[in-house]
Amino acid sequence: MDLIKYVENQLLDISRIPEFNSGDTIIVSYKIVEGNKERIQDFRGDVINIRGEGKTKTFTVRKVSSGIGVERIFPFGSPSITDIKVVKKGHVRRAKLFYLRKLSGKKARIKESSSGISKSE
Amino acid sequence: MNGLIGTKIGMTSIFTTTGEYIACTVVEASPNIVTQVKTEDSDGYSSLQLSYGSVKEKSANNARKGHFAKANSAPLKKSAEFNNIKVNKNLGESISITEIFKEGDTVHAMGVSKGKGFQGVVKRHGFGGVQNATHGQHNRQRAPGSIGASSYPSKVVKGLRMAGQKGCENIKVRNLKIARILEDKNLLLIKGAIPGHKGSLVIIEKQ
Repeated sequence: MDLIKYVENQLLDISRIPEFNSGDTIIVSYKIVEGNKERIQDFRGDVINIRGEGKTKTFTVRKVSSGIGVERIFPFGSPSITDIKVVKKGHVRRAKLFYLRKLSGKKARIKESSSGISKSE
Repeated sequence: MNGLIGTKIGMTSIFTTTGEYIACTVVEASPNIVTQVKTEDSDGYSSLQLSYGSVKEKSANNARKGHFAKANSAPLKKSAEFNNIKVNKNLGESISITEIFKEGDTVHAMGVSKGKGFQGVVKRHGFGGVQNATHGQHNRQRAPGSIGASSYPSKVVKGLRMAGQKGCENIKVRNLKIARILEDKNLLLIKGAIPGHKGSLVIIEKQ
């Protein structure tokens, strides 16, 4: 196991990712390659899942774009993530917010945490 | 054969320079020691015997101890013969991973697969089984079906696939790519999975 940790410490860098939790609203800026041009795109949504451990963790961001739910999974160590901004700290009572997929409209909102600290875990 | 003996450490994922996220197996191959040099004169063909892996002193018998003593080495776990190694080495010298491999090389991985015990034909040979639990089926969902006709050939042909031991056999996985080499810890990162459990010995053969 130690050698696996060693490899991950050498090759994956997650130190530039700010701290956030499930229920928080974040903006992920990531590089996308079109042909041979590179540009930066923003993805704003709620974090509904953080899975894995160590340097190979991933997080899932969900947004509703013109009525259609869109989810994107990002590895924490992804070199194409240029920036992450935490917009809102959410007040949620569980770590996996998959129930949001079945909800729409006002029901699908996440209450903002009054203390500014995200409640989930 | 050109290659080295190593230990499977486990799997993880890394990003390539092009941004791909790939699953890799980590193989540790601390320098292999040349424990026998076979030449045309002495053996009729030329090859190098490499050895790898530490064992307790008491677990080697005197024959093995004597064999390794010729190479000024403690007894090692596994020895294998490589007849196509491009580097010139003498008895007792060691070969490190960077002398054989470089990033991007195509390699084969040989090892003993994980044992699955005595398994039925569905798991062992991929038989379909019976799809329906109804239509008169009872206790027959994973049965092999008929194994031979009665009047002709009136026997079970040899080699018919049946239930039995699955796994724990020598497997060679071909055409894997070396994604990364971490030289200071003698680690090879090979794209994809290789046979065996964590800690098992594997031979990484270079094309």
